[in-house]
Amino acid sequence: MISANLSAIFYLVSGILFILALRGLSSPETSRQGNLFGILGMIIAITVTFLTVGNFSTSTIYVFIFLLVGGAIGAFIAFKIPMTAMPELVAGFHSLVGLAAVFVAISAFKNPEAFNLGFPGDIKLASLIEMSIGAAVGAITFSGSIIAFLKLRGIMSGSPITFPGQHIVNLLIGISIFVLIYFLCSSQSESFFWSMIAISFLIGVLLIIPIGGADMPVVISMLNSYSGWAAAGIGFTLENTALIITGALVGSSGAILSYIMCKGMNRSFFSVILGGFGGDASVSNDKKKDQKPVKSGNAEDAAFLLKNASSVIIVPGYGMAVAQAQHALREMVDTLKKNDIKVSYAVHPVAGRMPGHMNVLLAEANVPYDEVFELDDINNDFANTDVAFVIGANDVTNPVAKTDPQSPIFGMPVLDVEKCKSVLFVKRSLSPGYAGVDNELFYRENTMMLFADAKKMTEDIVKNI
Amino acid sequence: MEIDPFIFRFSIFILAIFVGYYVVWSVTPSLHTPLMSVTNAISSVIIVGAIIAALAGSSENIFEISSIFGFLAIVLAAVNIFGGFLVTQRMLQMYKKKKKNK
Repeated sequence: MISANLSAIFYLVSGILFILALRGLSSPETSRQGNLFGILGMIIAITVTFLTVGNFSTSTIYVFIFLLVGGAIGAFIAFKIPMTAMPELVAGFHSLVGLAAVFVAISAFKNPEAFNLGFPGDIKLASLIEMSIGAAVGAITFSGSIIAFLKLRGIMSGSPITFPGQHIVNLLIGISIFVLIYFLCSSQSESFFWSMIAISFLIGVLLIIPIGGADMPVVISMLNSYSGWAAAGIGFTLENTALIITGALVGSSGAILSYIMCKGMNRSFFSVILGGFGGDASVSNDKKKDQKPVKSGNAEDAAFLLKNASSVIIVPGYGMAVAQAQHALREMVDTLKKNDIKVSYAVHPVAGRMPGHMNVLLAEANVPYDEVFELDDINNDFANTDVAFVIGANDVTNPVAKTDPQSPIFGMPVLDVEKCKSVLFVKRSLSPGYAGVDNELFYRENTMMLFADAKKMTEDIVKNI
Repeated sequence: MEIDPFIFRFSIFILAIFVGYYVVWSVTPSLHTPLMSVTNAISSVIIVGAIIAALAGSSENIFEISSIFGFLAIVLAAVNIFGGFLVTQRMLQMYKKKKKNK
Protein backbone atom coordinates (compact mmCIF):
# COMPACT_ATOMS: atom_id res chain seq x y z
CA MET A 1 0.00 0.00 0.00
CA ILE A 2 1.43 3.36 -1.02
CA SER A 3 0.27 6.78 0.01
CA ALA A 4 -2.24 8.79 -2.01
CA ASN A 5 0.33 11.50 -2.66
CA LEU A 6 2.92 9.09 -4.00
CA SER A 7 0.40 7.42 -6.27
CA ALA A 8 -0.75 10.83 -7.55
CA ILE A 9 2.83 11.53 -8.57
CA PHE A 10 3.07 8.23 -10.38
CA TYR A 11 -0.17 8.98 -12.22
CA LEU A 12 1.35 12.29 -13.29
CA VAL A 13 4.41 10.42 -14.59
CA SER A 14 2.24 8.13 -16.64
CA GLY A 15 0.34 11.14 -17.99
CA ILE A 16 3.63 12.65 -19.12
CA LEU A 17 4.67 9.39 -20.76
CA PHE A 18 1.42 9.47 -22.73
CA ILE A 19 2.24 12.98 -23.92
CA LEU A 20 5.65 11.71 -25.07
CA ALA A 21 3.93 8.83 -26.85
CA LEU A 22 2.00 11.29 -28.99
CA ARG A 23 5.02 13.52 -29.40
CA GLY A 24 6.94 10.59 -30.86
CA LEU A 25 4.52 10.43 -33.75
CA SER A 26 5.91 13.65 -35.20
CA SER A 27 8.18 11.50 -37.33
CA PRO A 28 8.31 7.81 -38.20
CA GLU A 29 11.81 7.44 -36.71
CA THR A 30 10.77 8.49 -33.22
CA SER A 31 7.33 6.92 -33.37
CA ARG A 32 8.31 3.41 -32.24
CA GLN A 33 10.06 4.80 -29.20
CA GLY A 34 6.96 6.91 -28.52
CA ASN A 35 4.81 3.81 -28.53
CA LEU A 36 7.09 2.24 -25.92
CA PHE A 37 6.66 5.32 -23.73
CA GLY A 38 2.92 4.82 -24.01
CA ILE A 39 3.19 1.18 -22.97
CA LEU A 40 5.42 2.13 -20.04
CA GLY A 41 2.93 4.80 -18.94
CA MET A 42 0.15 2.23 -18.98
CA ILE A 43 2.17 -0.30 -16.96
CA ILE A 44 2.93 2.36 -14.34
CA ALA A 45 -0.71 3.44 -14.09
CA ILE A 46 -1.97 -0.13 -13.64
CA THR A 47 0.74 -1.14 -11.15
CA VAL A 48 0.21 1.97 -9.05
CA THR A 49 -3.52 1.31 -8.94
CA PHE A 50 -2.94 -2.19 -7.55
CA LEU A 51 -0.51 -0.84 -4.96
CA THR A 52 -2.83 1.98 -3.92
CA VAL A 53 -5.79 -0.27 -3.35
CA GLY A 54 -3.38 -2.61 -1.61
CA ASN A 55 -6.07 -5.12 -0.80
CA PHE A 56 -4.75 -8.37 -2.21
CA SER A 57 -7.79 -10.52 -1.70
CA THR A 58 -9.24 -13.20 -3.93
CA SER A 59 -10.60 -10.42 -6.16
CA THR A 60 -7.05 -9.65 -7.24
CA ILE A 61 -6.76 -13.06 -8.88
CA TYR A 62 -9.95 -12.44 -10.79
CA VAL A 63 -8.73 -9.01 -11.86
CA PHE A 64 -5.64 -10.65 -13.35
CA ILE A 65 -7.69 -13.32 -15.07
CA PHE A 66 -10.01 -10.77 -16.67
CA LEU A 67 -7.04 -8.60 -17.59
CA LEU A 68 -5.35 -11.51 -19.33
CA VAL A 69 -8.53 -12.62 -21.08
CA GLY A 70 -9.07 -9.12 -22.47
CA GLY A 71 -5.38 -8.77 -23.27
CA ALA A 72 -5.31 -12.08 -25.16
CA ILE A 73 -8.35 -11.09 -27.21
CA GLY A 74 -6.79 -7.69 -27.95
CA ALA A 75 -3.44 -9.17 -28.94
CA PHE A 76 -5.12 -11.75 -31.15
CA ILE A 77 -7.07 -9.04 -32.97
CA ALA A 78 -4.00 -6.83 -33.31
CA PHE A 79 -1.98 -9.57 -35.03
CA LYS A 80 -4.74 -10.93 -37.22
CA ILE A 81 -6.36 -7.77 -38.52
CA PRO A 82 -5.57 -6.94 -42.16
CA MET A 83 -4.38 -3.36 -42.65
CA THR A 84 -7.29 -2.63 -44.98
CA ALA A 85 -9.64 -3.19 -42.03
CA MET A 86 -8.01 -0.52 -39.83
CA PRO A 87 -10.95 1.91 -39.99
CA GLU A 88 -13.37 -0.73 -38.67
CA LEU A 89 -10.88 -1.78 -36.02
CA VAL A 90 -10.42 1.75 -34.74
CA ALA A 91 -14.20 2.30 -34.68
CA GLY A 92 -14.60 -0.97 -32.79
CA PHE A 93 -11.93 -0.01 -30.26
CA HIS A 94 -13.60 3.36 -29.69
CA SER A 95 -16.83 1.60 -28.84
CA LEU A 96 -14.99 -0.43 -26.17
CA VAL A 97 -13.54 2.68 -24.52
CA GLY A 98 -17.02 4.20 -24.48
CA LEU A 99 -18.60 1.13 -22.94
CA ALA A 100 -15.82 0.80 -20.38
CA ALA A 101 -16.47 4.41 -19.34
CA VAL A 102 -20.17 3.63 -18.90
CA PHE A 103 -19.36 0.55 -16.81
CA VAL A 104 -16.95 2.41 -14.55
CA ALA A 105 -19.56 5.15 -14.06
CA ILE A 106 -22.14 2.51 -13.12
CA SER A 107 -19.72 0.94 -10.63
CA ALA A 108 -19.04 4.33 -9.11
CA PHE A 109 -22.75 5.03 -8.86
CA LYS A 110 -23.52 1.69 -7.22
CA ASN A 111 -20.57 1.69 -4.87
CA PRO A 112 -19.46 5.29 -4.27
CA GLU A 113 -17.62 4.39 -1.04
CA ALA A 114 -14.97 2.52 -3.03
CA PHE A 115 -14.12 5.73 -4.86
CA ASN A 116 -14.52 7.98 -1.86
CA LEU A 117 -17.47 9.82 -3.38
CA GLY A 118 -20.02 9.54 -0.60
CA PHE A 119 -22.67 6.88 -0.02
CA PRO A 120 -25.35 5.31 -2.19
CA GLY A 121 -28.23 7.78 -2.34
CA ASP A 122 -25.96 10.51 -1.02
CA ILE A 123 -23.23 10.99 -3.60
CA LYS A 124 -21.38 14.29 -3.71
CA LEU A 125 -23.05 16.63 -6.19
CA ALA A 126 -19.91 17.39 -8.21
CA SER A 127 -19.05 13.69 -8.49
CA LEU A 128 -22.56 12.89 -9.59
CA ILE A 129 -22.41 15.47 -12.38
CA GLU A 130 -18.97 14.28 -13.46
CA MET A 131 -19.93 10.63 -13.57
CA SER A 132 -23.17 11.43 -15.43
CA ILE A 133 -21.28 13.34 -18.08
CA GLY A 134 -18.69 10.55 -18.34
CA ALA A 135 -21.42 7.94 -18.66
CA ALA A 136 -23.46 9.93 -21.18
CA VAL A 137 -20.50 10.70 -23.44
CA GLY A 138 -19.27 7.12 -23.05
CA ALA A 139 -22.65 5.74 -24.07
CA ILE A 140 -22.81 8.04 -27.12
CA THR A 141 -19.29 6.97 -28.08
CA PHE A 142 -20.25 3.32 -27.74
CA SER A 143 -23.42 3.26 -29.81
CA GLY A 144 -22.09 5.79 -32.32
CA SER A 145 -18.94 3.72 -32.87
CA ILE A 146 -20.98 0.56 -33.30
CA ILE A 147 -22.95 2.21 -36.11
CA ALA A 148 -19.73 3.54 -37.66
CA PHE A 149 -18.24 0.04 -37.39
CA LEU A 150 -21.26 -1.56 -39.10
CA LYS A 151 -21.14 1.02 -41.89
CA LEU A 152 -17.41 0.63 -42.46
CA ARG A 153 -17.64 -3.15 -42.35
CA GLY A 154 -20.41 -3.01 -44.96
CA ILE A 155 -22.88 -4.83 -42.70
CA MET A 156 -24.98 -1.70 -42.77
CA SER A 157 -25.41 0.37 -45.93
CA GLY A 158 -23.04 3.33 -46.11
CA SER A 159 -25.72 5.63 -47.45
CA PRO A 160 -27.23 8.13 -45.03
CA ILE A 161 -30.45 7.26 -43.25
CA THR A 162 -32.63 10.32 -42.83
CA PHE A 163 -36.19 10.95 -41.78
CA PRO A 164 -38.28 14.10 -41.49
CA GLY A 165 -37.79 16.07 -38.32
CA GLN A 166 -34.56 14.22 -37.56
CA HIS A 167 -32.68 17.22 -36.23
CA ILE A 168 -35.57 18.31 -34.00
CA VAL A 169 -35.85 14.80 -32.55
CA ASN A 170 -32.09 14.68 -31.92
CA LEU A 171 -32.18 18.09 -30.30
CA LEU A 172 -35.05 17.13 -28.00
CA ILE A 173 -33.34 13.90 -26.99
CA GLY A 174 -30.11 15.80 -26.40
CA ILE A 175 -31.88 18.26 -24.11
CA SER A 176 -33.61 15.44 -22.27
CA ILE A 177 -30.19 14.06 -21.25
CA PHE A 178 -29.47 17.31 -19.43
CA VAL A 179 -32.93 17.35 -17.87
CA LEU A 180 -32.40 13.79 -16.60
CA ILE A 181 -28.99 14.68 -15.17
CA TYR A 182 -30.64 17.59 -13.38
CA PHE A 183 -33.32 15.35 -11.85
CA LEU A 184 -30.71 12.73 -11.01
CA CYS A 185 -28.72 15.30 -9.08
CA SER A 186 -31.71 16.64 -7.20
CA SER A 187 -33.25 13.27 -6.34
CA GLN A 188 -30.25 10.81 -6.42
CA SER A 189 -32.77 8.36 -7.82
CA GLU A 190 -31.38 5.36 -9.65
CA SER A 191 -34.08 5.32 -12.33
CA PHE A 192 -32.94 8.69 -13.68
CA PHE A 193 -29.38 7.36 -13.91
CA TRP A 194 -30.41 4.34 -15.97
CA SER A 195 -32.74 6.29 -18.26
CA MET A 196 -30.05 8.86 -18.86
CA ILE A 197 -27.67 6.11 -20.00
CA ALA A 198 -30.35 4.46 -22.17
CA ILE A 199 -31.15 7.75 -23.90
CA SER A 200 -27.45 8.43 -24.48
CA PHE A 201 -27.14 5.07 -26.25
CA LEU A 202 -30.10 6.06 -28.43
CA ILE A 203 -28.73 9.46 -29.37
CA GLY A 204 -25.39 7.89 -30.34
CA VAL A 205 -27.20 5.76 -32.91
CA LEU A 206 -29.31 8.65 -34.18
CA LEU A 207 -26.30 10.92 -34.55
CA ILE A 208 -24.34 8.57 -36.80
CA ILE A 209 -27.01 6.98 -39.04
CA PRO A 210 -27.51 10.10 -41.22
CA ILE A 211 -23.79 10.33 -42.02
CA GLY A 212 -22.64 8.73 -45.27
CA GLY A 213 -19.72 6.39 -45.94
CA ALA A 214 -17.12 8.85 -47.22
CA ASP A 215 -17.70 11.20 -44.31
CA MET A 216 -16.42 8.42 -42.08
CA PRO A 217 -12.97 10.02 -41.65
CA VAL A 218 -14.70 12.86 -39.81
CA VAL A 219 -16.94 10.52 -37.83
CA ILE A 220 -14.09 8.31 -36.67
CA SER A 221 -12.05 11.32 -35.60
CA MET A 222 -15.05 12.75 -33.80
CA LEU A 223 -15.72 9.53 -31.93
CA ASN A 224 -12.02 9.41 -31.08
CA SER A 225 -12.48 12.82 -29.51
CA TYR A 226 -15.62 11.73 -27.64
CA SER A 227 -13.87 8.71 -26.17
CA GLY A 228 -11.30 11.12 -24.77
CA TRP A 229 -13.89 13.42 -23.20
CA ALA A 230 -15.63 10.40 -21.68
CA ALA A 231 -12.34 9.29 -20.12
CA ALA A 232 -11.74 12.81 -18.79
CA GLY A 233 -15.21 12.90 -17.24
CA ILE A 234 -14.50 9.65 -15.41
CA GLY A 235 -11.06 11.03 -14.51
CA PHE A 236 -12.71 13.91 -12.66
CA THR A 237 -14.97 11.49 -10.80
CA LEU A 238 -12.03 9.33 -9.73
CA GLU A 239 -9.85 12.37 -9.08
CA ASN A 240 -7.18 10.71 -11.19
CA THR A 241 -4.61 12.90 -12.97
CA ALA A 242 -3.48 10.26 -15.46
CA LEU A 243 -7.04 9.85 -16.65
CA ILE A 244 -7.70 13.60 -16.82
CA ILE A 245 -4.51 14.28 -18.79
CA THR A 246 -5.13 11.38 -21.16
CA GLY A 247 -8.74 12.35 -21.68
CA ALA A 248 -7.74 15.89 -22.57
CA LEU A 249 -5.01 14.68 -24.95
CA VAL A 250 -7.25 12.23 -26.75
CA GLY A 251 -10.13 14.68 -26.81
CA SER A 252 -8.11 17.42 -28.46
CA SER A 253 -6.36 14.96 -30.78
CA GLY A 254 -9.69 13.73 -32.14
CA ALA A 255 -10.98 17.27 -32.47
CA ILE A 256 -7.94 18.34 -34.49
CA LEU A 257 -8.23 15.32 -36.77
CA SER A 258 -11.91 16.09 -37.38
CA TYR A 259 -10.95 19.64 -38.25
CA ILE A 260 -8.25 18.49 -40.70
CA MET A 261 -10.67 16.06 -42.34
CA CYS A 262 -13.41 18.70 -42.69
CA LYS A 263 -10.93 21.08 -44.22
CA GLY A 264 -9.84 18.37 -46.67
CA MET A 265 -13.42 18.23 -47.88
CA ASN A 266 -14.09 21.97 -47.56
CA ARG A 267 -17.16 21.22 -45.47
CA SER A 268 -18.11 22.62 -42.13
CA PHE A 269 -18.10 20.29 -39.17
CA PHE A 270 -21.80 20.92 -38.65
CA SER A 271 -22.79 20.04 -42.18
CA VAL A 272 -21.00 16.71 -41.77
CA ILE A 273 -22.63 16.03 -38.42
CA LEU A 274 -26.08 16.99 -39.64
CA GLY A 275 -25.47 14.46 -42.37
CA GLY A 276 -27.54 13.46 -45.36
CA PHE A 277 -24.69 14.22 -47.79
CA GLY A 278 -23.89 11.85 -50.64
CA GLY A 279 -27.20 10.14 -51.15
CA ASP A 280 -28.59 9.48 -54.61
CA ALA A 281 -27.90 12.94 -55.93
CA SER A 282 -26.41 11.67 -59.18
CA VAL A 283 -29.67 11.74 -61.14
CA SER A 284 -29.14 15.15 -62.68
CA ASN A 285 -25.86 14.07 -64.21
CA ASP A 286 -27.27 11.12 -66.10
CA LYS A 287 -28.17 13.03 -69.25
CA LYS A 288 -24.77 14.46 -69.88
CA LYS A 289 -22.98 11.18 -69.57
CA ASP A 290 -23.73 9.44 -72.83
CA GLN A 291 -23.04 12.53 -74.88
CA LYS A 292 -19.43 13.00 -74.01
CA PRO A 293 -16.78 10.76 -75.53
CA VAL A 294 -14.59 8.77 -73.20
CA LYS A 295 -11.27 7.34 -74.17
CA SER A 296 -10.72 3.95 -72.68
CA GLY A 297 -7.78 1.64 -72.92
CA ASN A 298 -6.43 -1.69 -71.78
CA ALA A 299 -3.43 -2.79 -69.78
CA GLU A 300 -1.22 -2.82 -72.86
CA ASP A 301 -1.93 0.82 -73.68
CA ALA A 302 -1.34 1.80 -70.09
CA ALA A 303 1.92 -0.10 -69.93
CA PHE A 304 3.06 1.62 -73.10
CA LEU A 305 2.31 5.05 -71.68
CA LEU A 306 3.99 4.31 -68.38
CA LYS A 307 7.07 2.80 -69.98
CA ASN A 308 7.64 5.88 -72.08
CA ALA A 309 7.17 8.33 -69.25
CA SER A 310 10.04 9.77 -67.30
CA SER A 311 8.01 10.69 -64.24
CA VAL A 312 4.86 9.21 -62.75
CA ILE A 313 2.69 10.24 -59.81
CA ILE A 314 0.43 7.65 -58.24
CA VAL A 315 -2.85 8.86 -56.70
CA PRO A 316 -4.35 6.16 -54.48
CA GLY A 317 -7.85 6.24 -53.03
CA TYR A 318 -10.40 4.12 -51.24
CA GLY A 319 -10.81 1.88 -54.31
CA MET A 320 -7.23 0.69 -53.84
CA ALA A 321 -8.06 -0.37 -50.30
CA VAL A 322 -11.20 -2.18 -51.40
CA ALA A 323 -9.37 -4.05 -54.16
CA GLN A 324 -6.34 -4.71 -51.89
CA ALA A 325 -4.24 -3.45 -54.79
CA GLN A 326 -1.39 -1.91 -52.77
CA HIS A 327 1.02 -4.85 -53.22
CA ALA A 328 0.38 -5.11 -56.94
CA LEU A 329 0.85 -1.36 -57.17
CA ARG A 330 4.19 -1.56 -55.42
CA GLU A 331 5.25 -4.26 -57.86
CA MET A 332 4.32 -2.05 -60.77
CA VAL A 333 6.28 0.83 -59.29
CA ASP A 334 9.34 -1.40 -58.79
CA THR A 335 9.23 -2.34 -62.45
CA LEU A 336 8.94 1.29 -63.45
CA LYS A 337 11.86 2.26 -61.25
CA LYS A 338 14.02 -0.38 -62.89
CA ASN A 339 13.38 1.52 -66.11
CA ASP A 340 14.66 4.71 -64.48
CA ILE A 341 11.25 6.29 -64.17
CA LYS A 342 10.75 8.65 -61.26
CA VAL A 343 7.73 7.63 -59.19
CA SER A 344 6.10 9.36 -56.27
CA TYR A 345 2.77 9.05 -54.49
CA ALA A 346 0.23 11.80 -53.80
CA VAL A 347 -2.11 11.32 -50.87
CA HIS A 348 -5.14 13.52 -50.35
CA PRO A 349 -6.08 14.14 -46.69
CA VAL A 350 -9.48 12.47 -47.06
CA ALA A 351 -8.46 9.61 -49.34
CA GLY A 352 -9.79 6.43 -47.79
CA ARG A 353 -12.02 5.99 -44.80
CA MET A 354 -9.88 7.34 -41.98
CA PRO A 355 -7.08 9.86 -41.48
CA GLY A 356 -3.82 8.45 -42.84
CA HIS A 357 -5.51 5.35 -44.27
CA MET A 358 -3.58 5.39 -47.57
CA ASN A 359 -0.23 5.97 -45.85
CA VAL A 360 -0.65 2.83 -43.77
CA LEU A 361 -1.60 0.71 -46.77
CA LEU A 362 1.38 1.96 -48.77
CA ALA A 363 3.66 1.36 -45.80
CA GLU A 364 2.29 -2.16 -45.59
CA ALA A 365 3.26 -2.73 -49.20
CA ASN A 366 6.80 -1.59 -48.32
CA VAL A 367 6.57 1.77 -49.99
CA PRO A 368 9.19 3.99 -48.31
CA TYR A 369 7.43 6.85 -46.54
CA ASP A 370 9.68 9.47 -48.09
CA GLU A 371 8.17 8.72 -51.50
CA VAL A 372 4.68 9.53 -50.26
CA PHE A 373 3.65 13.19 -50.33
CA GLU A 374 0.80 15.24 -48.95
CA LEU A 375 -1.43 17.34 -51.15
CA ASP A 376 0.31 20.67 -50.59
CA ASP A 377 3.78 19.26 -51.09
CA ILE A 378 3.17 17.61 -54.43
CA ASN A 379 0.39 19.56 -56.11
CA ASN A 380 2.75 21.78 -58.08
CA ASP A 381 4.60 18.78 -59.49
CA PHE A 382 1.72 17.49 -61.57
CA ALA A 383 2.39 20.09 -64.27
CA ASN A 384 5.91 18.68 -64.79
CA THR A 385 4.87 15.06 -64.70
CA ASP A 386 4.23 12.77 -67.63
CA VAL A 387 1.67 10.36 -66.23
CA ALA A 388 -0.71 10.48 -63.29
CA PHE A 389 -1.90 7.04 -62.28
CA VAL A 390 -5.18 7.41 -60.39
CA ILE A 391 -6.08 4.19 -58.65
CA GLY A 392 -9.32 4.07 -56.70
CA ALA A 393 -9.55 7.81 -56.06
CA ASN A 394 -12.23 9.94 -57.65
CA ASP A 395 -13.71 13.06 -56.06
CA VAL A 396 -10.31 14.20 -54.80
CA THR A 397 -9.12 14.59 -58.41
CA ASN A 398 -12.21 16.27 -59.83
CA PRO A 399 -11.30 19.61 -61.48
CA VAL A 400 -14.92 20.71 -61.03
CA ALA A 401 -14.06 21.58 -57.45
CA LYS A 402 -11.95 24.43 -58.83
CA THR A 403 -14.15 25.61 -61.68
CA ASP A 404 -17.85 25.14 -60.98
CA PRO A 405 -19.29 27.12 -58.06
CA GLN A 406 -22.55 25.18 -58.48
CA SER A 407 -20.92 21.87 -57.69
CA PRO A 408 -21.40 20.43 -54.20
CA ILE A 409 -17.66 19.83 -53.95
CA PHE A 410 -16.69 23.34 -55.09
CA GLY A 411 -13.84 24.71 -53.01
CA MET A 412 -12.58 21.33 -51.86
CA PRO A 413 -8.82 21.13 -52.24
CA VAL A 414 -8.10 18.66 -55.06
CA LEU A 415 -5.04 17.13 -56.63
CA ASP A 416 -4.26 18.84 -59.94
CA VAL A 417 -4.09 15.56 -61.79
CA GLU A 418 -5.35 17.04 -65.06
CA LYS A 419 -2.17 19.09 -65.42
CA CYS A 420 -0.15 15.97 -66.19
CA LYS A 421 0.57 15.16 -69.82
CA SER A 422 -1.64 12.11 -69.54
CA VAL A 423 -3.85 10.63 -66.88
CA LEU A 424 -4.51 6.94 -66.37
CA PHE A 425 -7.66 6.42 -64.39
CA VAL A 426 -8.29 2.93 -63.00
CA LYS A 427 -11.95 2.55 -62.16
CA ARG A 428 -14.67 -0.04 -62.49
CA SER A 429 -17.16 2.19 -64.31
CA LEU A 430 -18.00 5.78 -65.09
CA SER A 431 -20.25 6.09 -62.07
CA PRO A 432 -19.81 9.23 -60.01
CA GLY A 433 -17.90 9.14 -56.76
CA TYR A 434 -19.26 9.43 -53.28
CA ALA A 435 -20.24 13.06 -53.59
CA GLY A 436 -22.55 12.12 -56.46
CA VAL A 437 -20.69 14.44 -58.80
CA ASP A 438 -19.65 13.41 -62.27
CA ASN A 439 -15.89 13.64 -62.66
CA GLU A 440 -15.00 15.96 -65.51
CA LEU A 441 -11.61 14.32 -65.70
CA PHE A 442 -13.12 11.23 -67.38
CA TYR A 443 -13.89 13.18 -70.54
CA ARG A 444 -10.63 15.04 -70.93
CA GLU A 445 -8.48 14.64 -74.01
CA ASN A 446 -5.50 13.44 -72.01
CA THR A 447 -7.35 10.95 -69.85
CA MET A 448 -7.40 7.26 -70.54
CA MET A 449 -9.89 5.23 -68.54
CA LEU A 450 -8.89 1.73 -67.54
CA PHE A 451 -12.10 -0.07 -66.68
CA ALA A 452 -11.23 -2.95 -64.39
CA ASP A 453 -10.68 -4.06 -60.85
CA ALA A 454 -7.75 -2.04 -59.51
CA LYS A 455 -5.70 -5.05 -58.49
CA LYS A 456 -6.26 -7.03 -61.67
CA MET A 457 -5.50 -4.04 -63.89
CA THR A 458 -2.29 -3.26 -62.03
CA GLU A 459 -1.13 -6.86 -62.31
CA ASP A 460 -1.89 -6.87 -66.03
CA ILE A 461 0.08 -3.68 -66.50
CA VAL A 462 3.08 -5.24 -64.77
CA LYS A 463 2.96 -8.16 -67.20
CA ASN A 464 2.91 -5.78 -70.14
CA ILE A 465 5.75 -3.49 -69.16
CA MET B 1 -10.52 30.83 1.75
CA GLU B 2 -9.37 27.52 0.43
CA ILE B 3 -9.43 26.59 -3.25
CA ASP B 4 -11.59 23.62 -4.13
CA PRO B 5 -9.41 20.68 -5.31
CA PHE B 6 -11.71 20.48 -8.31
CA ILE B 7 -10.17 23.73 -9.57
CA PHE B 8 -6.70 22.17 -9.48
CA ARG B 9 -7.89 19.20 -11.48
CA PHE B 10 -9.69 21.49 -13.85
CA SER B 11 -6.47 23.47 -14.37
CA ILE B 12 -4.60 20.27 -15.18
CA PHE B 13 -7.36 19.37 -17.63
CA ILE B 14 -7.26 22.69 -19.45
CA LEU B 15 -3.46 22.73 -19.63
CA ALA B 16 -3.46 19.16 -20.95
CA ILE B 17 -5.86 20.22 -23.70
CA PHE B 18 -3.34 22.85 -24.75
CA VAL B 19 -0.47 20.38 -24.61
CA GLY B 20 -2.57 17.98 -26.70
CA TYR B 21 -3.36 20.71 -29.17
CA TYR B 22 0.26 21.54 -29.88
CA VAL B 23 1.55 17.99 -29.76
CA VAL B 24 -1.08 16.69 -32.15
CA TRP B 25 -0.53 19.46 -34.69
CA SER B 26 3.08 18.36 -34.88
CA VAL B 27 2.11 14.80 -35.75
CA THR B 28 2.97 14.09 -39.37
CA PRO B 29 -0.16 13.43 -41.46
CA SER B 30 1.18 10.10 -42.68
CA LEU B 31 1.00 8.84 -39.09
CA HIS B 32 -2.60 9.84 -38.46
CA THR B 33 -3.83 6.27 -38.40
CA PRO B 34 -1.28 5.17 -35.78
CA LEU B 35 -2.20 8.34 -33.87
CA MET B 36 -5.80 7.18 -33.68
CA SER B 37 -4.89 3.68 -32.57
CA VAL B 38 -2.45 4.89 -29.93
CA THR B 39 -4.87 7.46 -28.52
CA ASN B 40 -7.31 4.60 -28.36
CA ALA B 41 -4.88 2.55 -26.34
CA ILE B 42 -3.99 5.32 -23.90
CA SER B 43 -7.58 6.38 -23.29
CA SER B 44 -8.06 2.87 -21.95
CA VAL B 45 -6.16 4.01 -18.87
CA ILE B 46 -9.76 4.15 -17.68
CA ILE B 47 -8.93 0.59 -16.58
CA VAL B 48 -7.62 2.28 -13.43
CA GLY B 49 -11.21 3.02 -12.40
CA ALA B 50 -12.28 -0.46 -13.39
CA ILE B 51 -9.63 -2.08 -11.18
CA ILE B 52 -10.64 0.02 -8.17
CA ALA B 53 -14.28 -0.94 -8.73
CA ALA B 54 -13.45 -4.61 -9.14
CA LEU B 55 -11.28 -4.80 -6.03
CA ALA B 56 -13.87 -3.02 -3.90
CA GLY B 57 -16.06 -6.11 -3.54
CA SER B 58 -16.20 -7.43 0.00
CA SER B 59 -14.38 -10.69 0.65
CA GLU B 60 -17.62 -12.64 1.23
CA ASN B 61 -19.08 -11.44 -2.00
CA ILE B 62 -16.54 -10.73 -4.72
CA PHE B 63 -19.18 -10.40 -7.39
CA GLU B 64 -21.56 -7.70 -6.29
CA ILE B 65 -23.12 -5.46 -8.90
CA SER B 66 -20.54 -2.70 -8.82
CA SER B 67 -17.58 -5.08 -8.99
CA ILE B 68 -19.16 -7.08 -11.81
CA PHE B 69 -19.28 -3.91 -13.88
CA GLY B 70 -15.68 -3.30 -12.82
CA PHE B 71 -14.62 -6.73 -14.08
CA LEU B 72 -16.46 -6.22 -17.37
CA ALA B 73 -14.79 -2.84 -17.83
CA ILE B 74 -11.41 -4.48 -17.16
CA VAL B 75 -11.96 -6.93 -20.02
CA LEU B 76 -13.03 -4.17 -22.42
CA ALA B 77 -10.18 -1.85 -21.49
CA ALA B 78 -7.64 -4.69 -21.63
CA VAL B 79 -8.73 -5.59 -25.18
CA ASN B 80 -8.10 -1.98 -26.07
CA ILE B 81 -4.79 -1.61 -24.29
CA PHE B 82 -3.18 -4.72 -25.75
CA GLY B 83 -4.93 -4.41 -29.11
CA GLY B 84 -4.24 -0.69 -29.42
CA PHE B 85 -0.56 -0.71 -28.54
CA LEU B 86 0.22 -3.87 -30.49
CA VAL B 87 -1.55 -2.81 -33.66
CA THR B 88 0.17 0.58 -33.43
CA GLN B 89 3.51 -1.17 -33.06
CA ARG B 90 2.69 -3.39 -36.03
CA MET B 91 1.84 -0.37 -38.16
CA LEU B 92 4.88 1.63 -37.14
CA GLN B 93 7.17 -1.31 -38.00
CA MET B 94 6.00 -0.95 -41.59
CA TYR B 95 7.07 2.66 -42.04
CA LYS B 96 10.46 2.41 -43.66
CA LYS B 97 12.76 4.85 -45.31
CA LYS B 98 14.13 4.43 -48.79
CA LYS B 99 17.11 2.13 -48.88
CA LYS B 100 20.12 4.09 -50.07
CA ASN B 101 22.24 1.47 -51.83
CA LYS B 102 20.18 -0.67 -54.11
